[in-house]
Amino acid sequence: MDLLSILQVLLKGTLITAELAVISFAMAFVIAIPFSLGQVYGNIPIKIITTSYERIIRGVPLLVVMFIIFFGFPSIGIRFDPFTASVLSLGICSSAYQSQIFRGSLLSVPNGQIMAGQSLGMKGTQIFIHITLPQAIRFSIAPLTNEFTIVLKDTSFAYALGVTELLREGTYIISTTYEPLLIYLLCAAIYFIITFSTNSIVRRVEKRFAIHGFEFRGERA
Amino acid sequence: MIKFINVFIEAFPFFMNGLVFTAELALSSISIGFVIGVLVAISRTYGNKLSYSISTIFVESIRGTPLLVQLFIFYFAFPQIGIHLSPLVASIISFSINSGAYQAEYIRGSIQSIDKGQMMAALSIGMTKWKSILNVILPQSLIKVLPSWTNEFAYLVKYTSVAYLVGVPELMAQGEFVASRNFEFMDVFLGVALIYLVIVMILTWGMSRIEKMVRMPGV
Amino acid sequence: MKVLEVRNLKKRYDSNEIIKGISFEMEKGETVVVIGPSGTGKSTMLMCINRLIEPDEGKIFLNGEEITGSKHPEIFRQRIGMVFQEFNLFNHLTVLDNVRIGPIKVKKLPKDIATKVAIENLKKVGLESRMNAYPAQLSGGQKQRVGIARALAMEPQLILFDEPTSALDPELVGEVLEVIKKLAREGMTMLIVTHELGFARDVADRIIFMENGEIIEQGGPEILANPLKERTKQFLAKFREGR
Repeated sequence: MDLLSILQVLLKGTLITAELAVISFAMAFVIAIPFSLGQVYGNIPIKIITTSYERIIRGVPLLVVMFIIFFGFPSIGIRFDPFTASVLSLGICSSAYQSQIFRGSLLSVPNGQIMAGQSLGMKGTQIFIHITLPQAIRFSIAPLTNEFTIVLKDTSFAYALGVTELLREGTYIISTTYEPLLIYLLCAAIYFIITFSTNSIVRRVEKRFAIHGFEFRGERA
Repeated sequence: MIKFINVFIEAFPFFMNGLVFTAELALSSISIGFVIGVLVAISRTYGNKLSYSISTIFVESIRGTPLLVQLFIFYFAFPQIGIHLSPLVASIISFSINSGAYQAEYIRGSIQSIDKGQMMAALSIGMTKWKSILNVILPQSLIKVLPSWTNEFAYLVKYTSVAYLVGVPELMAQGEFVASRNFEFMDVFLGVALIYLVIVMILTWGMSRIEKMVRMPGV
Repeated sequence: MKVLEVRNLKKRYDSNEIIKGISFEMEKGETVVVIGPSGTGKSTMLMCINRLIEPDEGKIFLNGEEITGSKHPEIFRQRIGMVFQEFNLFNHLTVLDNVRIGPIKVKKLPKDIATKVAIENLKKVGLESRMNAYPAQLSGGQKQRVGIARALAMEPQLILFDEPTSALDPELVGEVLEVIKKLAREGMTMLIVTHELGFARDVADRIIFMENGEIIEQGGPEILANPLKERTKQFLAKFREGR
C-alpha cells in the first residue's frame, strides 16, 4: 500500500470518527440542557434525580457503558448495531459532563446580577432569559469545546465494538502493511489536527463575541 | 434483581482479581503522572524558551490525541523499533504520560493563580527563584489544585479500563471473561459498572476530606 | 399621601434579630439619608423595602399600596429603583442595553422610545458618550453612574441607594455624589444608606440614625451637628476621629 491509499483509507475512518463525535455530542447536549435546569431550578425530587444521573454516569467508564448497551441490551431484547451503540454510549456519558458544565455556568452568574434584575421588576423567567442565560452560555463555551474534544478522542473506544472509525481503519491497514508505528502516528496526527483546529476555531469565535474584561476559561470538567 | 445478585456474587472473586490490576494501573499511573505533571508545569511556567517549547509540545500533543492511540503506539508499535513491553507496562507508561500532561495543565493553572506578591515576598527575604518556587509557590498551588486533581484521578481510574484492549487482566477484562462464559452480559457489566462507581465515589469522598484537612485557613 | 410608609419592620436570621421593628415615612420629593455603624441592618432594611429580602414582620406601603404580602413584588420593584453598592451592572450588556433593558422587557416600551429614555438618562449622569462600552471597560464611578441611570430609566417613584460610594476609590466618590445631589434638587424621592456624612448634611432633608436594627434618632441635617441621643453623639465622635 502506498501512502496515498493509506491516507484515503484513514480519511474514510476519520469521517466515521467525525460522525460519531458530532452526533453523540449533539445528543448529549439535548439531554444535558433539561438535566442541568433540573439540577439548578428543579424541586427536591427533580434535583435528586438529575444529580444522581450526573453522578452515576460520571462514575462509570465509557467502555463499560458501551459493553452494557452493545452486549447487555440484547438480553432484554434490544439490539443495536455497533455504530448506534457507540453513539448512545458516547452521548450518555457526555451528557453527564455537559450537564455539569451547564449547571456550573448557571450557578456562576453572580447573585448581584439576579438582584439587579429583580430590582428592575423583572419576573423570574425574564431574569433567566435576559440575564442568567446569556451570561451562562458565554461561561460554558470554553468548557463545552473542551468536552467536544474529549468526545472526539473517546470515539476511538468505538474500536472495541468494531466500528470502522479512524483507529479501526488504521489497525486494518497495519494487518496488511505491518507498519504499526507509522500508521498509529498518522492516526494520532489526524486526531491532533481535528482537536487543535476545533480549539483554535472556537477561540477565534469566542474572541469575536468576547466582552471586554468579561472572561471565563474553564478547564477539563 | 435476585438474578443480578447471584451473578454478581458468582463473579465477585474474578472482579477482585481484576480490581488488583485496576488499582495497580491507577495508583502507579497517577503517581508517575504527578511527577511528570509537576516537572512539566514548572518548566512551562518558569523554564527558559527551550524547555517551555518542549513541555508545551508534549502537553499539547498528548492532550490532542486519544489515550487509546497512545496505548496502541506503546504496545503494538514499539516492538517495531525493538522495544517490547508487556501489556501491564505499556499500559502504565501510556497512562502515566497521558495523565502527566493533564496534571501539568492543572498544576500550571494553579501556579499562575497564586498572587504575584507571594513570589516577590519570597525573593525579598533572600530566597532564590527555585527556593521560592519549591517552598512558597508549589505548596500553595498543590493545595489549590486538589479539586481538579481529584477529577483527573477519577478520569484515570475509568480510563484504566482500556488496558483490557491490550490484554491486561483488569476489572473490565475479568467482566468480559465471566460474561463470555455465563452469557449474562447485562448483569456482569452492570456489576462492573457498580464497582467502578463505588471506587470513583469513595475516591471523590476521600479526596474532599483531604481537601478540607489541608485547606489554608481563610483562603 | 406618603410615598413610602414602613410600619414595624422586623427581620431575623436564625435567632438573630437584624431589624427590630422599624417605622418611618417618606414624603414625595424627600431625600432621607440613613447613617449608622456597619452591620446594623441598614442595607437589610433597604432590601426589605423592595423585598429583595423578605421581611418577617411589619408592613410596607408604596403610595398607599401594600408591598408586603403582595404575590407580585415585581410590580412594586418596577416603581422602586435600586442602586447597589457593587453596581451589579449586567456584565453581558453594553451601557445602553443595561439602561434600556428595564424599559423594554419590563415596561414593554417600543425599542426606539426605550432607547430615547435610556440616552436621556445617560445624559443626566454624563455618560452618553460611553453608551456602547461594556461595564468592565468603565471606572467604578462610571459604573455607578450607569447604575443610577438604569434605575432612573424606569421612572421610579422612589430610589433606594445602598451605600452607592462604598466600593469606590476615594477620588471617584465625588462624581457619583454630584449626580445624586442633582437628583435631589430635581425633586426625586430617595432613601440613601451611606457613610459619607458630609454628603448627608448637604443632600438630606432628613437623617435617620440607625444602630443595632433600631432607629435611634431622626431629624433634619442639624442633628449631625447637635445630636440629641448619647449613642448618636458617640458614633459621630468616632467618625470624626476616624477622619
